[in-house]
Amino acid sequence: MRCKEAIQEISNFLDGEMGAALKHELEEHFKECEHCHLVVVQTKKAIEFFIESEPEELPVEVKTRLHGTLRRRLNSPA
Amino acid sequence: MGTLATLLGARRAHLSSNPHRLPSTIAKEDEHLLVAAAKKGDLSAFEELVNRYERKIFRLTMNITGNREDAEDAMQDAFLKSYSHLKDFEGTSRFYTWLVRIAANEALMRLRRRRPNQFSLDEPVQTEDDLVPREIQDWGPGPDQRFAQTEMREILNKVIQELEPDYRIVFQLRDVDDLSTEETAAAVGISVPAVKSRLLRARLKLREKLGKYFQQRGGAN
Repeated sequence: MRCKEAIQEISNFLDGEMGAALKHELEEHFKECEHCHLVVVQTKKAIEFFIESEPEELPVEVKTRLHGTLRRRLNSPA
Repeated sequence: MGTLATLLGARRAHLSSNPHRLPSTIAKEDEHLLVAAAKKGDLSAFEELVNRYERKIFRLTMNITGNREDAEDAMQDAFLKSYSHLKDFEGTSRFYTWLVRIAANEALMRLRRRRPNQFSLDEPVQTEDDLVPREIQDWGPGPDQRFAQTEMREILNKVIQELEPDYRIVFQLRDVDDLSTEETAAAVGISVPAVKSRLLRARLKLREKLGKYFQQRGGAN
């Protein structure tokens, strides 16, 4: 397998969305190619950083406006 | 290979046992009771659902629109619409997933209104040659340990905003908000292959952009 083909499949590999044969072929490539191995490890890590990042608190004025609007609009018939 | 045996699919399953991580796990045991009460018109139950999800929904609408005013309006209308359409929510998916689809729709409408050509419904032009990264540098030990939580969040916000909307929106919905590929395709109105193609590019671009921060701070330059 060439690097170009391996990179093309990185997303499916990380999502586990591929057959056993292709998965094995990719794993063999990653064993041999330090470049692609680092790409897949860092890509996985990058995704994890985003998934694990807690969202910020709403700015106070945004929260106040949101809840004020919801109470006003939902308490009165349309 | 051994170090790569933990695929994202397995990681998602693992993280879903952690109540502080994925949207699916925010769904506390009482969520269905809150939804049922809200369906009957209990506003305090609905407000509890809003409190639970407002931060994630605002991040979602910010990351789609890239504009704070639009993001706030989209969030507000998403919650209003979700309340008025609660009767249509049948509970076949998670409430959060249902809410994300409403919020994504509101945010996409505003993005298209403000910048009509910013999000493409077309299939991407396949240019596979540009996918192979040219420069790969070691990130050094544990970037997440070297940065304070707020600093890391700022970096993540910055790099995701640097992505083109085509990629940013798919990444946000598929990876951050944990929609399936099919749900993401339906939410943004593109095909499943287009979602996969954009997701691959988004992930690779984010890796590259993050690397610049981690490398700079790693002191290797």
